[in-house]
This record gives sequence, C-alpha cells and structure tokens, in this order.
Amino acid sequence: MTDTPEVLVIGGGSTGTGIVRDLAMRGMDATLVEQGNLTHGTTGRMHGLLHSGGRYAVTDQPSAKECIEENRVLREIASHCVEMTGGLFVKRPEDTEEYFEKKLQGCHDCGIPTEVLSNEEARQLEPYLAKDIDKAIRVPDGAIDPFRLCVANAASAEEHGARIETHSKVVDVLVEAGEVVGVEVEHASGQGKRVHGKTAQREKIYADYVVNATGAWAGRVGDMAGVDIEVRPSKGVMTIMNVRQVDTVINRCQPKGNADIIVPHETTAILGTTDEEVEDPEDYPEEEWEVDLMISELSKLVPMLKEARTIRSFWGVRPLYEPPGTGTTDPTDITRDFFLLDHDDRDDLPGMTSIVGGKFTTYRMMAEKITDHVCEKFGDTTECRTADVPLPGSEDFSVLRDYMDEFGLRSPIGRRSVQRLGSRADEVLKTEGPNPTVCECEGVTRAEVRDGIKQAGSDLNAVRIRTRASMGNCQGAFCCHRMANELAMEYPEPVAREALDELYQERWKGERHALWGEQLSQAMLKHLLHATTMNRDGDPVRTGTEVDFGAFDGGPAVGEDSTAERAAADGGRQDAD
Amino acid sequence: MPISEDVIVVGGGIAGSVAALSAAETGVSVRLISHKKSTLRHASGLIDVLGYTADGSGPLADPYEALDSLPEGHPYRVVGSDAVREGLALFDQIAGDEYLGGHTDTNALVPTHGGAVKPTARYPRAAAGGIASDDRDMLLVGFESMTDFEASLAADHLDAAGVPFDVTGVTVEFPKTFRADAKVTRFAKALDTDEDVGSRGTREALAAAVEPHLDGAERVGFPSLLGDDHRHEVRDDLESYLGAEVFEVPMGPPSLPGLRLEDLLFDALDEAGVGMSTGNKAVGYETDGDALSAVVVDRQGREIPYHADAFVLATGGLVGKGIGSSREGVREPLFDCHVPHPEDRYDWFVDDAFGDHPFAAFGVAPDDRLRPQDADGDAEFANLFAAGGVVGGADVAAEKSASGVSLATGVVAGREAGESA
Repeated sequence: MTDTPEVLVIGGGSTGTGIVRDLAMRGMDATLVEQGNLTHGTTGRMHGLLHSGGRYAVTDQPSAKECIEENRVLREIASHCVEMTGGLFVKRPEDTEEYFEKKLQGCHDCGIPTEVLSNEEARQLEPYLAKDIDKAIRVPDGAIDPFRLCVANAASAEEHGARIETHSKVVDVLVEAGEVVGVEVEHASGQGKRVHGKTAQREKIYADYVVNATGAWAGRVGDMAGVDIEVRPSKGVMTIMNVRQVDTVINRCQPKGNADIIVPHETTAILGTTDEEVEDPEDYPEEEWEVDLMISELSKLVPMLKEARTIRSFWGVRPLYEPPGTGTTDPTDITRDFFLLDHDDRDDLPGMTSIVGGKFTTYRMMAEKITDHVCEKFGDTTECRTADVPLPGSEDFSVLRDYMDEFGLRSPIGRRSVQRLGSRADEVLKTEGPNPTVCECEGVTRAEVRDGIKQAGSDLNAVRIRTRASMGNCQGAFCCHRMANELAMEYPEPVAREALDELYQERWKGERHALWGEQLSQAMLKHLLHATTMNRDGDPVRTGTEVDFGAFDGGPAVGEDSTAERAAADGGRQDAD
Repeated sequence: MPISEDVIVVGGGIAGSVAALSAAETGVSVRLISHKKSTLRHASGLIDVLGYTADGSGPLADPYEALDSLPEGHPYRVVGSDAVREGLALFDQIAGDEYLGGHTDTNALVPTHGGAVKPTARYPRAAAGGIASDDRDMLLVGFESMTDFEASLAADHLDAAGVPFDVTGVTVEFPKTFRADAKVTRFAKALDTDEDVGSRGTREALAAAVEPHLDGAERVGFPSLLGDDHRHEVRDDLESYLGAEVFEVPMGPPSLPGLRLEDLLFDALDEAGVGMSTGNKAVGYETDGDALSAVVVDRQGREIPYHADAFVLATGGLVGKGIGSSREGVREPLFDCHVPHPEDRYDWFVDDAFGDHPFAAFGVAPDDRLRPQDADGDAEFANLFAAGGVVGGADVAAEKSASGVSLATGVVAGREAGESA
C-alpha cells in the first residue's frame, strides 16, 4: 500500500455513490466510474420506497432493524429526497389473522412503531382503499427519490475531492502480478461532461484498491478479474400511475407475493412488483402479464386502479446473492442482506472487494461497512460521518418559505421546485432573466433544467433524473424538445439533437407498456407533435437524406402577392412550375 | 319538436367541416355536431397531403405520383386521387388567399419549430416567406421566455439539412414583459392590438429589437404568434420597419395557425348554411333496421336524439377520442364500429419511438363508399360514412398525410351522405 491511497469504485448506484462519498469524507482519494448515468442500473429502477422495516419484520428481523435505523438517518441527512408518507399493511379478508399478528409482533421486536387501524380508520386515512378490507397496521414507511439521493451523494463526494465519471464503462479489470491494480474504462462518445474533454476513448485508471459495487452487474466485473461472483439477477416490474391514488404507502399484509405494494411518489403512484430470476441484467423480457398483474392484484387493495391511467412501466433487476451452496430456488426466498466479498480472502486475488445483495434503504450503512473494510486495508481508522452530515440540498431544509414572490414563480411550481432543491433553492432559482416553465407536468423551470445541465453536461437523461422534467403525464410530449433547446445554449446543434433523440427514445421505452386508453391517446398526440408538426422522424438531417430543394415549391407565382413580386425582383426566387 | 336533418356530421375538425360542406353542396340540409374544441389547436395549420411513402421514402416533391404506391386499404386508395384533388380544391375555396401552395402540385418544404424541413401541400400565407426552396437569406428570431423555439438551434439544424440559403438565429427580449410562462396567445394579442410599450407600439418595438441582428437577411421568421385577427397587418408593419419579408414558423400547441384554420372552417360552414350544435357530446345512437335513425346527444344530462337520413362520423382518431381503447381492445366508441387491431396489446407498437407503429393507423375500416365495416366486411350501418382521423389504414404522422386524408375522405363521405339522404 502506498501513502496516497487511491480507491476506485465501480458503479454509480446508491451503494457506489454512498461509498465514494464516505471514502472522500474520510479523506481518501477516490474515483467512481459508472457505465451510464448515475442510478443507471438497479437504483434508478426501484419503486422509491423508504422501508420502515415492516416488510422484513417477520422473515428477516436483522434487516428490519437496519431499515428502521437507516430510515431515521435518511430523514435527517436526506430530507429533500424523502417524503414521510407513512405506510399501511392492509389485511384483506382472505389474508390470515395469524400473519397479521406475526407482522405486528415482528415490528414490535424490531422497534418499528406501529398502530393498528380498523377498516374505518384506515379508510378515513386512505378513502380509496377497498371497502371490504379488515384492518391495517400503520408503520413509518416513506417515499424517497433515488435519483436525487445519488446525485446528492456524488455531489458531496466531489465537494470532498472525489472524481465522478459517468458514461465510463469498465471494459477490463487490470491485474498485475496476481493483484488488482485498476480498471480500463471506455468513455462514451459525445460532448459535454461525458468525456471531460478527453479525446481518447479508453482510459486506464490505476488504483490501490478497487471496490466493485455494480450490483446485478458484479458477476461481469468479476469475470474480467477472473473471479466467480454468482449474482442472481431478479427482475421486477413497476407500473406508474398518472396521479397519486393514495398518499400513504400501501402494502398487502400477507407473507409474500407479487404485486403487493403501492408507493405514492412525487406526482405519481408506483405499483410493484414481480420477482423473476433472469439470466442477463440488461436483456430480459418485459412482459404484458406483469403489468396486468400489477393492476389486477393491487386493485384488490385500491379498486379504482382498475380503471386508472398508467403512464409507463419499467423493470429493475435486484442483485440477489446468496453464499454458494444455499440452493434457494425461489428468488423471493433469497435474503435481501448484503455480502462483502473480499477477493483476497476468497479468491487469493488482493486489491478488490465486491459488494453484492443489499437493499436501497440501507445503502448508507452498507457503504459505511465497506468503507470501514477498505480503510482497514490502508490502516486508516478515520470514523464514518455520513450518518451525521446532511447531503447537499438538505443542510438547511426549512422548506416552504414563500418562494412565490421571491423567484416570481407561481405557487405550485415554486413550491415543488423548492421541495426538490431543498437548501440549494436559492442558488439555483435566483437567476438572471426570465425563468419560464419547461416541463408543465412536473413544474420544472428553466433554472432547474440549466442547473441540471451544469451538473450533468449534455446528457438529457441525466438532466431528467435531476429535475423530473419529462417524467409526468405527457412523458415528454411537450417538453423533450424544450429541454434540448436549453441544451443548445451551451452545446452545438448535433449534440442537442442527439441528446433529444436519446431522451425521446428513453421516454418511449417505458411508455410502450402503458399503451391503452388515455395514455395511448397521449402517446398518439406525442407522436403527432414530434413526427407530424416537427417532422422529427422524416427530418432529412436525421435520415441522412440529401434534399433536392429545387424540386420543391419555391413559392407562389410572381404577381400573386406583393412580397413574392418584390422577392422576384431581387432575382432570388426559384419557381417550381 | 324533434331535431331532424338530411345529414348529420359528428365532429368539428377539418374532416367534419369539409364533409358538412361537401354534403351541403348536394343540396341537402346539414347539421354539424361538435363536442369540444377540435384538435386543431394542437395542429400546425399546415395542410399536408403526402410527404413520405408508406415505407418512409421522401421527402416527396410530388405527392400525387406516390399515391398508387400506398398499401391497399389506405384511405387514399379507397377514395382515389381525384378525391384528393377535390379535397384540396374545396380547401382552396374555403381558405381563399389565406393559404398558398395551390399554384403547383409540388410539395413545399416548410421549416418546423424544431428546425427540420417538412413537406406540405398548402401553407398559411403567414408561413410562406419561410419555405426552404427559396434561396434568400434568413434570420430566425426567438424570445427569451419562449421555451418551445430556440432560434439558433433551429437555424443550425436547417443549415445541417443543406438549405440553399444562409440562416442564423437570434434570441431577443419581447418588448413587453409577461409572466414567465405566458402562452403564445398573450404575445399575439400584444401585437394584434399593437399595445403601447413606452412611446411606441409593440410592433415597432419588436422590429427595433430585431433590426440590429438582420445582417442582410431578406426574410425574418418568428414563432407563430404574430397577431391573430390583424395578422396580416402585424406582418406588414414588421416588414416595413425591417425592410425584409416576415414569416411565421408553425408551432405546437396552443397553435395559432391551427386556431385560425378552425375559424376559416367555421366561417365557411356558416356561409354554407350548415347548422351547428356545439358543446354537447354525442353519446349514442338509434337504429331503424340496418340503418341509423338518430345520433343521441347528451344535453346537460338529457339524452336528445338528432334524427337524419345519413350520418358522417368525423370524430377523429386516438387523440380526438374518435377511437377508444382499453387493455381489452380497440373500438370506435360512438357507434361501436369495428376497429381492426392485433389481439395482443404488445403488437400495437414497435420498440423504435419513430418506428412503424400499428397504433398510428388504428381506425375504422371503410368500404369503397367510406362506410365503416364490421369484422365480416359488411357495412356497420347502411347510412353511416366516415372521414378523417377515425378512418384507419394510414400512418398519417409518418406519411405527413393527416390533413390530406381528412380533406379527401371528408369530400367523399359528405357527398355520399348527401346523395343518400
């Protein structure tokens, strides 16, 4: 080990950004590389639930205890990412009394505060709950924005001197003399922050220690290093409703099952999920039955979901792991605990540790344990402070001052912007010049979009996850091109065009799974605005068609109107006929 | 007294209006029923006939040449190219000198607000100065608070397409300050009435803001907000202040060119003596044997039958809710007409956002008289004719044929209805 340790973290999800923040705060020289955007993998594809621990209170009490502990920590350090909605475990008549009692007892055992609500009390809290439910247990579940959280972790790490590289895919793990000494990455092409001005496509980044925090992708990184990591990726669907049918997290109170949770999230409600083992974390079927199952099962808890409007669906993969030989067949039975695989101990390959398994809610605690582990390698005993120091945006979150006048924003937009930005509101919203709304569905203004561009460069998907622009009802119909217009302030036309195409396609990917009823109408409108009004599909620049402009109408014949006459006198007119 | 007409047209967009006018030309009494504002407020106001073939070749200079290459069942194949010409002729009559392009069969290429060029058959007079085959140098002007149009981006994009002129873009401050997210209609009103800003009117002040950026450009394009009722006066004034031709770039919703077109259509309907019932929704129908006898309209909770001898269905496509869908399937909701569609919902779309989406062509399947057919290929009703977006078989978004299909089918459906009444 050298005196100036450099730690390389692979993976820009919650675990990776949590680790790099922790390392940087302890004074380590740390670099993070991520193949896509921050949250590109599993983190950006979760249902946004901040667990109270109630979910694990029967089957996995250690996890439940960790959850309630971290739930409290995140409320403190990430207040601008968290909405404490509260949660209910709802018992239907066909669910057993025995399990209800087990759940209640389990929560007590783990220190999770509970309250039993009668049918009437539960329905007073959530009027759209099914009339025939029996009762419910109230727990401190919440909603959390994984995008905002990871961005804040990365920002904090950068403030503490870390280097964060997105769109930098690891293509090789460098092993020299039986030891991991770094990685080789391939920087994506494109302009802006994606390449940090580098012209070279590939870069070797040497490090004294490498942390593989790539979740479902951990096996691939392992392969490059020549070690075997058997992650079992398991897919789950999440279906997004266009409004919040409920303001409280609704869980079904039964042992386990697909489609048993509804999470109110920002302007939407998210229905989840399935649990199906897949071969490849990037290539798996996204199936119709999964979406239909969400609607049919969860409408047993909230009947209006049956006729409600979904705006898209997306799938995520859990990075499930169990020690070799456990032999669990059903992925729902695999533990959600995390495992720290020190490849020196495990495979005689020093220089690298992989982290697999785990849960979003306890990402910080995992990061702390891994950072402890890494620091130990360096003989560093600096204490972890991530549980005490608020993330950027949450330092002084005395929200809901009246920003309406201060920033000239109308009330709902101003309030939402401030909620998203937290203590960064002043810095971002106090801008010169007009600050029009770019995304009406989510109430995102130009100032926020430009702030997102400043942070993320020319990648509009990265701007999207920072601002929520294009994530509402219209799925970008009215705002994708406006976001590209903002990009054009700093980047040339081809960059803005490419970023727009990429964002538009990404929005389409999820919307495809919501194409019936209102959302199909909305999708057709979007198609007409972008294909017909803007001709983006037939755009000669996009298709590479050379246009014979002379073959087209050059304007009305001379004499038909005065301007044409004037123009003709200039000799600059071509007439087609 | 029961309401009774010879022909009732349901739907107030281009197709419905043209069908009503076409029916009226046969000498029968016509009433048009429209529920909400038409989707024209979303539309660019351009009249496209055919810009690309079904397999995506284009842009097409001559739309007529390609009509025969369209797949069987395409509305143009059903009505024939004469009907396409008739539809345009009727449109030219309605539009008078508000629209140009009628001097030639050739498509024009019009710059879009995203900076692409788009083939179209008829364009508003206000947009004429922008056509891309004209080689005069161009300046595009955007406004700081208007997020929909970024002039320099559009200019660079046009340049990338190889347009035969120099084009630059500039962003200026609109001379009058509005709320940061004011709609285009607010800008238009300031110019329409030439609201006072300081010592001069808005038009002069706007020209003064643009003038320093002219740099020899002979034509200047603005987003479509240059006035409404006084739009020609606004452009004339700007032209004389700037010494250059002034034009509008068609925009998305709310689209002034679309709204102006709606006014033109409604004026023409008025003039033709077509009765209008707006604001109430058609919710059902009554039959007499295999024919429709009435369409039922919900008037403040009361269901009133509107009787007629023949009916035109012009309620639009998926956007106008003329075509409805659910997880179980696709149907025409008013008369419950059959809409052909793949059984599996996942076959309604493709994975490329701009690919060949089957849903884009959803609509009723017409017989050769434009009567919607049931699954067996028989007319759903002996006296129901369909026009516009409710008619399936064409991906009008990809082909750039939406208005043309509305015009051609509108003319034929209206005439068929009128003649059978």
